[in-house]
Amino acid sequence: MGQTIFEPWNDPSAKPLIQFKNVTKKFGDFVAIDNQTFDIYAQEFFALLGPSGCGKTTMMRMLAGFETPTEGTILLGGEDIAPIPPNKRAVNMMFQSYALFPHLSVWENIAFGLKRDSMPKPDIEARVAEMLKLTRLEQFAKRKPHQISGGQRQRVALARSLAKAPKLLLLDEPLGALDAKLRQDTQFELMDIQEKTGTTFVIVTHDQEEAMTVASRVAVMDDGRIIQVDTPARIYESPNSVYVADFIGDVTILSGTATPRDDGYDIAFAEGQPPLRSKSDTRLDKGQACHLAIRPEKVSITAEKPVDAANAMQGKILDIAYLGNLSTYHVQLPNGQIIKAQTANTRRLSRRSFTWEDDVWLSWTDTAGVLLAG
Amino acid sequence: MRRLALIIIPYAWLLALFLVPFIIVLKISLSDTALSIPPYTPTLDFSAGWVGIKDFFGNLDFENFEFLTTDDLYWKAYLSSLKIAFVATVLTLLVGYPIAYGMANAPDHWRPTLMMLIILPFWTSFLIRVYSWMGILSNEGYLNQLLLSLGVISEPLTILNTNTAVYIGIVYTYLPFMILPIYSALERLDASLLEAAEDLGCSRFTAFWLVTIPLSKSGIIAGCFLVFIPTLGEFVIPSLLGGSKTLMIGKVLWEEFFNNRDWPVASAVAVILLLILIVPIILFQRNEQKQREAEG
Repeated sequence: MGQTIFEPWNDPSAKPLIQFKNVTKKFGDFVAIDNQTFDIYAQEFFALLGPSGCGKTTMMRMLAGFETPTEGTILLGGEDIAPIPPNKRAVNMMFQSYALFPHLSVWENIAFGLKRDSMPKPDIEARVAEMLKLTRLEQFAKRKPHQISGGQRQRVALARSLAKAPKLLLLDEPLGALDAKLRQDTQFELMDIQEKTGTTFVIVTHDQEEAMTVASRVAVMDDGRIIQVDTPARIYESPNSVYVADFIGDVTILSGTATPRDDGYDIAFAEGQPPLRSKSDTRLDKGQACHLAIRPEKVSITAEKPVDAANAMQGKILDIAYLGNLSTYHVQLPNGQIIKAQTANTRRLSRRSFTWEDDVWLSWTDTAGVLLAG
Repeated sequence: MRRLALIIIPYAWLLALFLVPFIIVLKISLSDTALSIPPYTPTLDFSAGWVGIKDFFGNLDFENFEFLTTDDLYWKAYLSSLKIAFVATVLTLLVGYPIAYGMANAPDHWRPTLMMLIILPFWTSFLIRVYSWMGILSNEGYLNQLLLSLGVISEPLTILNTNTAVYIGIVYTYLPFMILPIYSALERLDASLLEAAEDLGCSRFTAFWLVTIPLSKSGIIAGCFLVFIPTLGEFVIPSLLGGSKTLMIGKVLWEEFFNNRDWPVASAVAVILLLILIVPIILFQRNEQKQREAEG
């Protein structure tokens, strides 16, 4: 059974649901969003990811209508939304604090938006029942928000924001208040609900793992700018900058100068070490400064020098971070450079091969690292 | 044991300063007037032993309470006090809510100043402040002078010694008691709730009506009781600003005590006033308790 791959961003004929066109937002002298242009497509699960203060929340509040762009336009379904007040937009938002009305029951909270549309009573009841079922809250309908758990509150907030069947649902750090285990379950639940309802979701988060898990595309932001918009896999495997490589996941960044050779580059990165070998499409001149970003799981760690490895170097184990399923080794090269290597703990700990102060060999292939211009 | 010791202090306080005086007043209300010091009989005489105590209780009766029902002055005064207290409370709410709302929405660095301005009048004696209203409201007062000079009116308005002056005095005096609880309820209000309401299709006004008002309800109730309860027995404001037609039970009480020197009837008036006040006081306490429970 073939399934069509959902990639409207690669289809030039697809019409985006949301278009940011040269949007700038200033608060006084402070530039929160700096001339950004990007598209979000219908039914996407789009994540805005970045450290706090990077402008991701401002971006979302402009979509909701709580802020207006200083310059540029935002189009929703081809229509400029700037003059539309938040209460008239086909956009709903799930707030970070959930913002549930404490004086209303779960049922009344979910029905709140529907009542504002003067929907007939039986329709409201049907819709609320549907939402309660979707979020598995049936038995809590009569409770007040302070009488239910944090996870249930999160689901009420989600049900309330979905009840009006918005074209676009905004989620502001939706899982921030949940503990780690519940957060993981809820991530999958969110994806499930997004798929079932076919609503376009835009999620704001600072948690890269969360963004990677739920999103169809991730926009990595820094300082009012989107650095890269791509699928989670491409963000991880082909970051376009040192910032993105460093922000997403664990990485070792080796800086050096490139020399083109055959179909790749030799990178001189340290005295007394052989040059690193990397195949890359990145265009670099001879002697240009560059960075090689390498993920720890792509680095093999062995006791003996591996044969035929494109890159191999010896070092001493400085630190071991045991994560249960994985162990991360911090290996120090003779020149002081630390390289992270990760192994899956497929065997029990008692049979671990390496320990602190061991001399080991690190190796990786010529395509394992991402070569970035410096 | 330590719990008991801790509890006993406030209870002893209440007993000594509220229950004991109340029992004394209750006892006087059951006595008869007499030309003596104190001006009522019987007095408890322990030296006569058991017989004295029996005599004492035998001489107590409900005559004074019966007397209150025979003269319509009293129930009219109670009713009029209830009406004035109620109207004054509503007026104070109408004036106080916008002020509290404005304070809660003022920039953070302004709030301490605004709060200070609300509390500042307490630094001057209440009596002096009420007197100064006489200077403002009288026929030759500042208000009439201002209105005459502006040409708004051609003859001075008679405000002093009317119920209007009483309302002005009560609203002015009790305004902080209304503003502070409402302000504290509004200040706690999470701004994202209003954004959520707007996001779900409310206009600014409906969001205010459906979210702000219900969530400041406890503050409104607290403020209303804090104004209503003392206003009901208010004496100074009606006697200084009100006229001969202003009938309030506090004034009646004062006259019974000091003009008629009829302590037993005055005490009976006070006991009935207390019974009337117990209902709103209990409602007020329940509101506070509910508020605490809701906040968990």
